[in-house]
Amino acid sequence: MTETLKLRVERRDGLAIIYTEGYINNQGGEQIASAAYELLEEGYKRILLNLVGTKIVNSIGISILIEIIEKMLAIDGRLAFCCLTPTIHKTFHIMGLAQYAGIYDDEAAAVEALAAA
Amino acid sequence: MNGDDVIREISLTLQMGPEMEIAASRAATSVAESMRMSADKIDEVRMAVVEACINAIEHSQAPDQTVYLSFVVLGGREPDRLEITVRDSGVGFSPDELKEPRIEDKLTSERKRGWGLKIIRGLMDDVDVRSSSNGTTIVMSKAR
Repeated sequence: MTETLKLRVERRDGLAIIYTEGYINNQGGEQIASAAYELLEEGYKRILLNLVGTKIVNSIGISILIEIIEKMLAIDGRLAFCCLTPTIHKTFHIMGLAQYAGIYDDEAAAVEALAAA
Repeated sequence: MNGDDVIREISLTLQMGPEMEIAASRAATSVAESMRMSADKIDEVRMAVVEACINAIEHSQAPDQTVYLSFVVLGGREPDRLEITVRDSGVGFSPDELKEPRIEDKLTSERKRGWGLKIIRGLMDDVDVRSSSNGTTIVMSKAR
């Protein structure tokens, strides 16, 4: 059995970063959504998902990320992803997530882009 | 030997259950590694197998709650291609009637799911889906 997804949240001025570690399946997606919505309640409109610790996702987990994108768009917020494996990056492109959320190779580039957004 | 000889064949039968798709993906990884597939391609194969298994779990309603997998390494002197079959004995569906998911539609829809086949087709080189009231079989392959 794979371990439950671990999350770490870092709050910065103007944006928050959610670091994931482990498999993003439906439960993992729900955990991320819960963390993201808490950040929205706190007033954060720029959220970065750093997937450096995630090597595998499934489409049910990604579907929950689409829910987060929908909510972010509704409040004129911005969601971005960074540090994706090539396959996760390709999968996000297949699904079209890149049209609605920034995808960056590294955290620094993502933070810079979100700050400017 | 010609390029389509079966070099190695492994069958796996898994009961549907929490994270069985991970067990299937580990088997796929092991076979892909044995044929010295690149790390990125192995990862793509792994993801496609995860999605195929999840489709079976979520949609098949298979009375035996079982997924049948086979991993076939094809090639000549060297392994050339990995062909993976994921089969269930569920209720089937009509692949032709399935609407291609689009992110624009999903963002405004209650139902955000339904991406499995699109992901599989995007990650694998060839995908064949056959389905009837006796079950669904997905055959997908990836060149080394």
